[in-house]
Amino acid sequence: MKSTFIIYRFDPAVDSEGHYQEYSLETTPTDKILDCLNRIRWEQDPTLAYRFSCAHGICGSDAMMINGRIELACQKLIRDFKTANNFVIEPLPLFNVVKDLVVDMNPFFEKHRHVRPYLISDMDEPERERLQEAENQSFFEPALRCILCASCTAACPISRANPDYLGPAALLRSFRYIFDSRDTATGSRLAQIDSDDGVWGCKTMWWCTDVCPKGIPVTKCLGQIKRLVREKQKSES
Amino acid sequence: MNHHYDVVIVGAGLAGLRAAIELGEDTRTAVISKVFATRSHSGAAQGGIGAALGNEEEDHWKWHMFDTVKGSDYLADQNAVEILTKDAPRTIYELEHMGVPFNRTEEGRIAQRAFGGHTSNFGKAAIKRACFAADRTGRVILDTLWEKCLQRGIDFFNEFQIMNLTVRDGMCCGVTAYELASGTLHHFHSKAVLLATGGAGKIFRTSSNAFASTGDGMAIAFRAGAALEDMEFVQFHPTGIYKLGILISEAVRGEGGILRNNEGERFMERYAPTIKDLAPRDMVSRCILREIRDGKGIDGKDYVFLDLTHLGEEVISSKLAEISGFARTYAGVDVTKEPIPVQPTCHYMMGGIATDTDGRVMVDNQDQTISGLYAAGECACVSVHGANRLGCNSLLDVLVYGRRAGRSIRRYIHTIGLPPLSGDDPTAETAAQIAALMDSTGRERSGAIRSEMQKIMMDNVSVFRHGDALVKVMEKLRMLKDRCRQIGIQDKGRCFNRDLLDALEVGYMLDLAEAMTLGALNRDESRGAHFREDCPDRDDEHWLVHSLFSYAGPKAAPQFLTKPVKITDFEPKERKY
Repeated sequence: MKSTFIIYRFDPAVDSEGHYQEYSLETTPTDKILDCLNRIRWEQDPTLAYRFSCAHGICGSDAMMINGRIELACQKLIRDFKTANNFVIEPLPLFNVVKDLVVDMNPFFEKHRHVRPYLISDMDEPERERLQEAENQSFFEPALRCILCASCTAACPISRANPDYLGPAALLRSFRYIFDSRDTATGSRLAQIDSDDGVWGCKTMWWCTDVCPKGIPVTKCLGQIKRLVREKQKSES
Repeated sequence: MNHHYDVVIVGAGLAGLRAAIELGEDTRTAVISKVFATRSHSGAAQGGIGAALGNEEEDHWKWHMFDTVKGSDYLADQNAVEILTKDAPRTIYELEHMGVPFNRTEEGRIAQRAFGGHTSNFGKAAIKRACFAADRTGRVILDTLWEKCLQRGIDFFNEFQIMNLTVRDGMCCGVTAYELASGTLHHFHSKAVLLATGGAGKIFRTSSNAFASTGDGMAIAFRAGAALEDMEFVQFHPTGIYKLGILISEAVRGEGGILRNNEGERFMERYAPTIKDLAPRDMVSRCILREIRDGKGIDGKDYVFLDLTHLGEEVISSKLAEISGFARTYAGVDVTKEPIPVQPTCHYMMGGIATDTDGRVMVDNQDQTISGLYAAGECACVSVHGANRLGCNSLLDVLVYGRRAGRSIRRYIHTIGLPPLSGDDPTAETAAQIAALMDSTGRERSGAIRSEMQKIMMDNVSVFRHGDALVKVMEKLRMLKDRCRQIGIQDKGRCFNRDLLDALEVGYMLDLAEAMTLGALNRDESRGAHFREDCPDRDDEHWLVHSLFSYAGPKAAPQFLTKPVKITDFEPKERKY
């Protein structure tokens, strides 16, 4: 089958703004979109830039817009699209384009870093493992599926309107540590995100959950943080 | 641009990150990586990490050691395996203390499950030894270690491609790297360099490995004088998704999954009556291909079924969630209702840069090292995996030996100052190399050369090998290397120039493919993952030795040497399961 790919192009060395370039390719229903991009690069245009690595949805490199929706290029196959012979491929929204489909992810990782994404514990370390209830581990387990692909944050309308909003991905990391029974910094973690740039920035619009390529119920996890902040406020007043 | 550090680590997978943490806050450490740190291929490790914790049933490190040695077909150095397995429980507790979210038992301890080749009481029965976080164990450990490095304020240089090592008077004192975003060269001047650049699975057509797994560090060290060890031992994981090679974890069989041929028969019972589907990977891969050769592939094709329909939704959703997603997305299979079509896929390099148990890089079989140069993880060969690695032992290897390399570098850098660099620009050689490539009017394309190499290697140097074919492969690789010198770069830009990187990577892979093939040709026996149809028996009299390869220039085949295996506890025996 012949498929047409209309791909966003921008080369900072020569372009003042982006434009679209059309490629056509023989495809089969089981080709990944990433396979198609690779073949365009190998066979037609070696200047096409995009990120990729594992090619099976675990490294988080290749989130991009495919036909107007945020997807991982390696996790979508030609057969997954009704319009199987026409594709529009664009970079993730929200971030600045470095070249073609490559965006500057630094602001995303700065926010990630801001939530102190590591275990903080003031307990003495036992000789063996700390005990943890299996139910506790499975409660925050959905957040462990996160591959930091930035799909959720790029999709979030609040992130687009408020550049200071931490965004769903960073808050999801916060959720992972807040609800981990081994972490003892819950109070200061909650205080840190108890603001409109933090968890209250989330207006429960579900776009993050809708686009997450790992099926993480992001909005619900953020809801759990909100619930805990409210409980804490109640118990303090 | 010039940078000065105490230590430069190349590679941000688990070995590199564990070493970075070990170097401590008083060591100025830079980590450079060709992909953003969390994109490293360690994150693709699924099933688990082995350690004799005994949380589920009685276990001892010595049993783990025996299994590893037997799994290696007695080629592993037993002193190194002892270190690995003895240090395993401490390693798991350390990970847990850092925050790794392992699955738990009902008592709240770290849960463990069965894995291929791991047994109780020196081979009596399968044992639960693999610690895990669902089937994303590598991913959560990578996240935890990376985040620990962020907490420590370690400097990351993401999307920097290593180009050359700076070696002066036999001492390694830095690396030159190419920044993808700007196309500029950076020199990192340091007291020591650790290579933790991972594997080279992209040499083969069907592979579970990431696009980044092109063996850059191995090839660069090789060209700089380091010896490569045991390169002919390449692991083909038995269960890659048919045609795609995407890994379906051994944890599936650890949880009770079964391999079946076109008659629905559980064929592993015939080959490994004691542990059946949990036999080591080299054996299971050969058994699958034998079934296919005997006409027992599904629908007459070259795959068999991996059946987990009897495991139940609860086990699948809590312990095998990722792989059921892969099966659904890529094979259109609902694993609760249908079996997964699988075939062997290139997965892991047992061989690599020859190192001692402190990560020091060796140049020959006389214990000669390159001062200041270290290697750890899949790019290194200690050797703990010998001729065949057991599942769950690679995450353990990267953490135990990443830490040991970090510790020994820490000791080393306190004994020396920053080695002086003479007045010349240390990046000059690399700049000339890039300019020559960019200006080349050659008509060859790296993509075509890579595809040919991948096909030749898959057809002749994968699970089954034959001496006659290997001779021809050596010849063909030589021709591909000649063509490689005629590559022209079409992308003339400086920003994210993948065309340039593709050309460099195919050159690295060809060097390694040549060493693999030479080793496979010279070693006229069958051992572990190396199976010669023309010499199907193990030959301990001649080949209970490691293979070593030294670089002999761009136009010559590597020099081949051997080195004795260190045997401490377990004398070689016939390998039956």
